[in-house]
Amino acid sequence: MRSLLARGSELASSKEQLKILTEVSGKLDLPSFSDKLKEAALYPLRPTGVDILQVNVGKLCNQTCKHCHVDAGPDRREIMNRETMEECLVALATPGVNTLDITGGAPEMNPNFRWFVEEASKLGKKIMIRCNLTILLAGEKYRDLPEFFAEHKVEVVSSLPYFQKRRTDAQRGEGVFDRSIEALRKLNSLGYGIPDSDLVLNLVYNPVGSFLAGGQSTLENDFKKELKQVYDVQFNSLFALSNMPISRFLESLLESGNLEAYLEKLVTAFNPVAAAGVMCRNTLSVGWDGSLYDCDFNQMLDMKIEGKISKISEFNKSVLDSREILLHQHCYGCTAGAGSSCGGSIA
Amino acid sequence: MAQETTYYKPEDLKKFGNIGEFEPDLAKKFFDYYGAVFADGALSAKEKSLIALAVAHVVQCPYCIDAYTTDSVEKGVTEEQIWEAIHVGAAIRGGASLVHSVQALNKVKELGI
Ligand code: SF4
Ligand code: SF4
Repeated sequence: MRSLLARGSELASSKEQLKILTEVSGKLDLPSFSDKLKEAALYPLRPTGVDILQVNVGKLCNQTCKHCHVDAGPDRREIMNRETMEECLVALATPGVNTLDITGGAPEMNPNFRWFVEEASKLGKKIMIRCNLTILLAGEKYRDLPEFFAEHKVEVVSSLPYFQKRRTDAQRGEGVFDRSIEALRKLNSLGYGIPDSDLVLNLVYNPVGSFLAGGQSTLENDFKKELKQVYDVQFNSLFALSNMPISRFLESLLESGNLEAYLEKLVTAFNPVAAAGVMCRNTLSVGWDGSLYDCDFNQMLDMKIEGKISKISEFNKSVLDSREILLHQHCYGCTAGAGSSCGGSIA
Repeated sequence: MAQETTYYKPEDLKKFGNIGEFEPDLAKKFFDYYGAVFADGALSAKEKSLIALAVAHVVQCPYCIDAYTTDSVEKGVTEEQIWEAIHVGAAIRGGASLVHSVQALNKVKELGI
C-alpha cells in the first residue's frame, strides 16, 4: 500500500477530511465537539501547561499501516532538519517542559535522530520514542538502536495492535507481528519491560477495525498473559487508544461504510472526565517544519495553533500556556469511553 | 415508499433506551438491573460479554448478537473465544433438545415397543 498522498487521493487533503467530518456530523445531527465541551464546562479548552514537547520528526516510515493518522510511509519525504531540531532543544531546555516525545513516521529514519536524542539526553529531560518495532530489524543501520535507547534511558512506546498475528498483520502489514515479537524480545534482553528495571517499554493498543478500545486494564492483563505465555515477551503498561477518524483510518471507514456509525459511537461515548484530561492540555506538538499544533492529530489536519506564535523558534511557554486549543469533530476520538490519548486511557 | 421486508432494522438497536417512553419507572428498573448485571464482579465484564453473546445466539436475538459481538471485540476477545462461546450456546441448545429424548425413550418403553 502507498500513502494517500502518493495515490493522489482526495483524502490526502486535510481540508477534504474536515469537510467530510463536518458533513457527516451535520447529516447525523451530531453536536459539535465545542458544544459538547460547553455542556461539560470545559470550553474554551485551555492547556494545563506545556509539560511534554511532542516532536514529529517526519512522515517517512518503513511501514504503511492501514489506520495511520499521519499517512506515513516509505514514499513520504517530509523530514525535520537539524536546525529545527536545535530550535526544539532550546524549547525543551525551558523549565517546566519535562518530556521530549519523539514521533513520526518512523522517527529513527530521520538522519539526525541519534544526534537529537543525544542532545536532549544532555538536558536531563525524560525522552520517549514512538517506535514501530519493525524498524529495529530493518537493516544494519538500525540494529543497535535498542542499545542506543538503553544507553540514553529512552522510554520506548510501541504499537502492537493485538497479541495475535492475524489482526496485527491485517492492520500493519504482512509479517509485522513476527518481526515485532522479535524486536520486543531484543528489547527485553536489554532489560526493557522487565520488572524492577529502569528501562520502560510500554505498548499501545488500538483497535484493528471500526470499534472502540474498551477496558484498558482487562486488555493489559490479556496482552501480558498471552505475550508472556506464548512468546515469552514482557512489557510495562498497555495504553488503549481509539482510532481517530482521520487520514487512512478515515479512508477505511469510508470504504467499509462505517463512518457514520463510528462517529455516532464516538459521540455517544463522550466522557467529560476523559475530556478534562486530553493530551493537548499538557502537550505541544511540533511538525517537521517547526510549525506548532495542539496535538499530533491537529497537526495532520493542518490546524496550526492560534495566536502570535506559530513556530518552535518563537517558543514562549507562558504565551503558549494560555492559548486556546483548536477543536473539531475528530476530537471525539479522544473523549470516547475511558478516553484515549498518546498516554492511553484517561478516565 | 418501499415495502419494509423485515421487522429487524440495525438502527433500531440504538432506540432500545427509548422504551422508557412508556412505563419509565419499569424501564429504569430494568436498565439499572441490566447495568448492575454487566458490571465487573466475580465474573469480569469481559466474561459476561461472552456469556451474553452465547445466550444471544441461543435466544436468536439479532440486536443482542450485534451488540455483544461488538462489545466483546471491544473488550479484547479473540475470534476463537467468540466462536467457542457460540458453540457452547449451540451445544446447550442442542443438548437441551436431545436430553428430552429420554422422555421419548421412556414413552417408547412404556408403550412396550
Ligand atoms: S502507524 Fe506508525 S508505523 Fe504505521 S505507517 Fe503510521 S507512522 Fe508508520
Ligand atoms: S484531537 Fe487533539 S485537540 Fe482534539 S481533544 Fe484530542 S488531543 Fe485535544
